[in-house]
Amino acid sequence: MRTAKEMGIRTVAVYSDADANSMHVKMADESYNIGPPPSKDSYLDMDKILAIAKTTGAQAIHPGYGFLSENEAFAERCFSENISFIGPPATAIRDMGSKSESKHIMDKANVPIVKGYHGDNQDIDYLQEQARDIGYPVLIKAWMGGGGKGMRVVASDAEFQDMLSSAKNEAMKSFGDDRVLVETYVLNPRHVEVQVFADSKGNCVYLFERDCSVQRRHQKVVEEAPAPGLSEETRRELGEAAVRAAKAVNYVGAGTVEFIMAESGKFYFMEMNTRLQVEHPVTEYITGTDLVEWQIKVASGQELPKTQEQLKIKGHAFEARIYAEDPENNFMPMTGTLSHHRPPLTSETVRVDTGVRQGDLVSVYYDPMISKLIVYGDDRETALRKLVHSLQQYQVGGFKTNISLLINIATNPKFQKGCVTTHFIEENKADVLPEVPVVREVAIAQAAVSLLNSTGGVTNINANDATSPWGAAPFMVNGRPIYTYNMEYRGESIVATVKYAADACSYDVEIRRDGADATHMSVSRVATQDDKLTFTLDGASQVADVVHSLDAVTVFDQDGGNFTFDIPAPEFLVPKIEAVNVNSIVAPMTGRIEKVLVEAGTYVEAGTPIVVMEAMKMEHVLKALTSGVVGQINAAVGDIVEHHTVIAKMKEEDEAQSN
Amino acid sequence: MKAVVDELYERIATVREGGGAKSRERHESRGKMLPRDRVNGLLDPNTSFLELGQLAGWNMYGEDVPAGGIITGIGRVSGTECMIVANDATVKGGTYYPITVKKHLRAQEIAMENRLPCIYLVDSGGANLPRQADVFPDKEHFGRIFFNQANMSGKGIPQIAVVMGSCTAGGAYVPAMSDESVIVRNQGTIFLAGPPLVKAATGEVISAEALGGGDMHSKISGVVDHLADSDAHALSIARRIVSNLNVSKKPEVSIKEVEEPLYDASELYGIVGTNNRKTYDIRQVIARIVDGSRFDEYKSNYGTTLVTGFSRLYGYPVGIVANNGVLFSEAALKGANFIEICAKRKIPLIFLQNITGFMVGGQAEAGGIAKNGAKMVTAVSCAKVPKLTVLVGGSFGAGNYGMCGRAYGPRMMYMWPNSRIGVMGGEQAAGVLAQVKRDQIERNGGEWTTEEEEAFKAPTLAKYEEEASPYYSSARLWDDGVIDPCDTRKVLGLSLSAALNAPIEDTDFGIFRM
Repeated sequence: MRTAKEMGIRTVAVYSDADANSMHVKMADESYNIGPPPSKDSYLDMDKILAIAKTTGAQAIHPGYGFLSENEAFAERCFSENISFIGPPATAIRDMGSKSESKHIMDKANVPIVKGYHGDNQDIDYLQEQARDIGYPVLIKAWMGGGGKGMRVVASDAEFQDMLSSAKNEAMKSFGDDRVLVETYVLNPRHVEVQVFADSKGNCVYLFERDCSVQRRHQKVVEEAPAPGLSEETRRELGEAAVRAAKAVNYVGAGTVEFIMAESGKFYFMEMNTRLQVEHPVTEYITGTDLVEWQIKVASGQELPKTQEQLKIKGHAFEARIYAEDPENNFMPMTGTLSHHRPPLTSETVRVDTGVRQGDLVSVYYDPMISKLIVYGDDRETALRKLVHSLQQYQVGGFKTNISLLINIATNPKFQKGCVTTHFIEENKADVLPEVPVVREVAIAQAAVSLLNSTGGVTNINANDATSPWGAAPFMVNGRPIYTYNMEYRGESIVATVKYAADACSYDVEIRRDGADATHMSVSRVATQDDKLTFTLDGASQVADVVHSLDAVTVFDQDGGNFTFDIPAPEFLVPKIEAVNVNSIVAPMTGRIEKVLVEAGTYVEAGTPIVVMEAMKMEHVLKALTSGVVGQINAAVGDIVEHHTVIAKMKEEDEAQSN
Repeated sequence: MKAVVDELYERIATVREGGGAKSRERHESRGKMLPRDRVNGLLDPNTSFLELGQLAGWNMYGEDVPAGGIITGIGRVSGTECMIVANDATVKGGTYYPITVKKHLRAQEIAMENRLPCIYLVDSGGANLPRQADVFPDKEHFGRIFFNQANMSGKGIPQIAVVMGSCTAGGAYVPAMSDESVIVRNQGTIFLAGPPLVKAATGEVISAEALGGGDMHSKISGVVDHLADSDAHALSIARRIVSNLNVSKKPEVSIKEVEEPLYDASELYGIVGTNNRKTYDIRQVIARIVDGSRFDEYKSNYGTTLVTGFSRLYGYPVGIVANNGVLFSEAALKGANFIEICAKRKIPLIFLQNITGFMVGGQAEAGGIAKNGAKMVTAVSCAKVPKLTVLVGGSFGAGNYGMCGRAYGPRMMYMWPNSRIGVMGGEQAAGVLAQVKRDQIERNGGEWTTEEEEAFKAPTLAKYEEEASPYYSSARLWDDGVIDPCDTRKVLGLSLSAALNAPIEDTDFGIFRM
């Protein structure tokens, strides 16, 4: 949208209920709701989207990077509705959408492919024979697959059949098609992909490669361009192969040709993504291009802005994806409110692309990606240093993220040397998975001092009496004010006591942790500005950002560490179940029974009306407080019942069971 | 001076311990919060507490009654300045000694004068039975507490009780006479007679909780309005109650920006010292108290032993009356004049006392020191503006009257730890008594040696020395507290701000004898 705006093009956004307040809605000139959060009812609903395109008079639809961006039917619909689809022709989407189909085409076009069986014979024994021919380890992949679904690595002949049936099952469930292919499993593979671009005049260029080897759960985490350690020759071969692949399907627009690269430098075609990918900014950095601008130009029938000869690699770029996920817990996606989002300072060479803002809900419906951090440097080392520094500045509060993991990856010596494979995270778990951060005492002090400062008397300034010393720093007659804070850090309870010292900006902090002696520290020159807290401890200035939520305080230190301390709610705020007998239905006041709605022995859900009575000229509906079988009913229509009379009883559980 | 201040801090630290470690432990083991923690939990977080009468009961009863067994002070609750009165059950079960009653009544008096809502954190066994004669029958005794509650409520000064322990017999009237009350379940009890007395009287056997517990009083008797699960819960309910009082403070004075004094308050230790005979310029003290150390002096060249003038304290206007030597007729006239001006302009007054008295001698009497002193006493007595008094040195004789001593109704009165108070100095008193004795002996033809005279004077000197001490005074609540000179600005500022909760009345002066 930013690019479109710069090009003077008006934009229309569509959004689901879950995204009503999100950034793309705010950025667009106009925006339209297209339904409830599940994407099949909103972002995947072609009719709604096309209807909006028509009402608004849109000339083109940019499908973004997910959802309908690789959907040939949608591309075709756009064509027939006379709206240009910013993407490749429908035929190219279809050709590349099927893995086995695409390999046939590539093979013909002289693009190297991995050895394998891509045929129609899905007989189990036949496939196993093929696997033996190819040689173990082999990979079983669903024809229609993507995102790791229906994919299995088979190490030996013995386990082939089991793996095959589970892959087929999964493929059936996910794609409604259980056909699979079997192919060479490349050991220590790298994921290297080439950005290609073609126009409708038959020109096609490659914008060099990206190394996206660092993955978890078959999803990319860190990407870089160019791929480290490639010879110029390999680079050119890769690029040319990618262009051949694009041309083979009469490709138009932006595409990514993914290759798997063996340690030897040999590479094999994997698949082609017929859209602009999330990681395209690294390519833009090293080639000095704006690929969205290229897309729009190509869609409007223009020629590619640059020829192959004009494209040169300059510098090095990294992209790290910031996910709301828990690396300690198998990368489980996290949901919640993004209570704090402070990306690092951006510049010409540090860019943060994000679709969320502080306060947004990261919901279960879509991708847990918070943002992409893209950095650029003159060489790999400089870019990497910037990446680490920027990650250390990146603050996210509200849920766990993979930031520590990213820092650990970026500072890992193997990664720094550039020798990584797609198994990097798996193989280096011990080194890159963030350790359970050991909370430092200074962070506890920062949390406690910030709690003290955040509850200052300043909240109670009376406009009539603004100068009152009652609104200033606390004072105690012949003593120092002292405040105690109870916190929890990952189950450990911590008691921090903050006592005012010589002046209102100096405190003595005492910290008591489970089973440890108290530690003391004296902090002075305490100053706060927004979230930033500064104080002097042992002659050194300590700076941190401290973010408060209702029940937690998060300290972001200067090294990218963050510690969330839970503030337990006072016991009296924890809801309690009133000790009422849920089995009795009691008259709330004296009155007359108007109706009896159920018979004894009926099973009712909690909340079912049992009796209606009239009292004080008002009708009162008495409902079952619990689900169960109604026992006896002690009143009949017309009876006058006294206050507190038990009108009906539910059968006690054991009683009900014995019946 | 530093040494006497350190001594003050040490003494207050022991007072803060309440009834001692054992008794605190027992208190907490019942799930109750310590009284000071209760006060803290009631106050707005990270705000001041102006505790009053910390030294009440100090060395008075031959047994320790720290803080007189009751904590009183002013603090902000839900943004409103309130008077907080909290029984300390760790001290003799929170029973009322005579000084406890006096402290409770003083807190109510302050609340009444300054229109501060009262919050009573009740946890008391009632009157201290062995001392009932000094607690129960007189006008300013236990019953006055409820008289005050009724009258304050009548004047629209809210009365709130939080029952966190026993409230027996007379004590039951604290919540019963409050506008709104809270009780802690399984902890607070309210009854006119406890289970033992009930059994003795009627034979009925009943548990304390059934007789007067939270469930009963909140659900059946309606004696209390809110039922809490714990101390913390009760305090949070009390804070909500205050937020619904619809109290709005509108100080009736002009307010300017606050400036800190240009001079460091800690220099007061060196300037003042502990030798009360040593003279210094009181302006040096003023410069370390008021905003920007600005002081617009009134009549600076007339009656120079009294310093008068205008300043600001935390942005509020104040008139300052301060001693710079013995009071002569001119000084008394100037003082009366200045007080009259402040009363007319509705500017609060601050008195800094360091006074041995009015001038004596033939010349002074002939100059009408008696009627001129009386003019100042009249002015001080009648002035309805808030008056705050600090004893920074001596406070002797009629000087104490003219400079707004306790009898003249200052809203608050504080003492520095170096100060002395008495009808006259020990030397003078002993001298007068010795002179009378010598005259008597010599009239009978006897002889009195200097040694005999010294021996005669010694007990008087010792008695006066003891009774002039700020600890002796503060223990008996002749003042509202002994404070660190460095804190004078803050203490006066908080006191003045609290005082401005009440409108400033017009003053009608009595006859000035001309």
